[in-house]
Amino acid sequence: MAQKTLLNQRDCAVTISRLCHQINEVHVPWDRTVLVGLQPRGAKLLKALVAQLEAEFATGPVANGLLDITFHRDDFRRREEPLAASPTEMNVLIEGKRVIIIDDVLYTGRSVRAALDALGDFGRPERVELCVLIDRRFSRELPIQPDYSGRRVDALNHERVRLNWSGSTLESVLLESPEYAPKR
Amino acid sequence: MPQNAKLQSRHLLGLQHVPAEDIQLILQWAGHFKEVINRPIKRVPSLRDLTVANLFFENSTRTRLSFELAEKRLSADVVNFSASTSSVKKGETLNDTVSNILAMKVDLVVIRHSEAGVAHFLADRVPAHVVNAGDGTHEHPTQALLDAFTMQERIGSLEGKKVVIVGDILHSRVALSNIFGLQKLGVHVAVTGPSTLIPRAISELGVEVIDSLDDALEWADVANVLRVQHERMDRAFFPSIREYHKRYGITMDRLNRLKQVPLILHPGPINRGVELTSEVADSPYAAILNQVENGVAVRMAVLYLLASQSAPQNVV
Repeated sequence: MAQKTLLNQRDCAVTISRLCHQINEVHVPWDRTVLVGLQPRGAKLLKALVAQLEAEFATGPVANGLLDITFHRDDFRRREEPLAASPTEMNVLIEGKRVIIIDDVLYTGRSVRAALDALGDFGRPERVELCVLIDRRFSRELPIQPDYSGRRVDALNHERVRLNWSGSTLESVLLESPEYAPKR
Repeated sequence: MPQNAKLQSRHLLGLQHVPAEDIQLILQWAGHFKEVINRPIKRVPSLRDLTVANLFFENSTRTRLSFELAEKRLSADVVNFSASTSSVKKGETLNDTVSNILAMKVDLVVIRHSEAGVAHFLADRVPAHVVNAGDGTHEHPTQALLDAFTMQERIGSLEGKKVVIVGDILHSRVALSNIFGLQKLGVHVAVTGPSTLIPRAISELGVEVIDSLDDALEWADVANVLRVQHERMDRAFFPSIREYHKRYGITMDRLNRLKQVPLILHPGPINRGVELTSEVADSPYAAILNQVENGVAVRMAVLYLLASQSAPQNVV
């Protein structure tokens, strides 16, 4: 397995900090914004963003929730592996709010499509934006693009982007390529 | 956590042959669905390309409503069938009724019947997934699963806990499914009730028989109180309802004498003043309405997990 480092620890800190600046610029004052992390892998990024926003941008408590999209996915009964669900913790109101969906990697866009559907179960937001740490370009299967992205990456379909978290700190982002590309 | 596991069986016919991991899996998914049914919009699109037939050859209100609600909350198409308004009255056989319904391309069948084994009979003959919603005095697996889910929710992990099933064990499919299911979750199960309503062979299932209701309640963490099934009694099993209530009815006085009051479950419908007094049924010791709410979540989990086993047809 070949590995390439996309972001080292310093890059990670700089990137998350930049995302916070960009989000804050659009969303100040913070009374109408809700951050929603996608389970399972968007949860840690959500926590990191919320912590940094609250600590460095005088946002006050940032309303946030975790959304599981399992039951809204479009590949139910179409894959070998059954889907796994994670808890949804949406103890916030999103009706009329400005929602930012937070996820780690944007790839085909299908998770985000499902998330938009799932979000609708909790109310009608005024506006929905998308923030991802890694945007895999040229691999979209749906017309979905991020509003905030940490790093754009060109990756082949059989390659994987992996985020290494140590507790609540993002240590590195790697691009992993298997020796043999699976047949498509 | 067996997050990614699949159910091992294509059908849910009874808990006797369901492995413990499958029961755990269903309970775990029921937790996810409980969150779904507490959302402002209580519906997810998972089963939108599936059709479910509810075949109720025996009367039922709550189980049928609960299944129907579960199916609708998963966005399945639902067809209902009840024996009293159908061609069964005109003399059609079970086999014919079922083949006719399946010719309508049904993916899942939920069946209740007054004869034991009907769900098994069906499972051998039809390509759909079959869920047993009660077959005679045999099994009622989703009821036992929702009982276990409710217990878990109220008293935590069931490993090593003590559950007593009270009352009409002989005619109860709930009792049998509870025994099979709870034992697989590591629960000590006992029964108590009039000796005429306790099957003689029950101890072969590893179930303790406790004679006195007071001793049983003192021993147990949970009391699952069953309904006296007058409709299945072809002769007198106890002298009178009053006598039954006096010896095996749960009253506040009885509970007040205990060191610790067990959690009270009842599969419904309650004969108020027979198995339970109204005071007990409406007290915080009872989790009867929790059971009803959890029933929908548990049935959603069962339908979802069964449906996930087969790929959609005629898509490509």
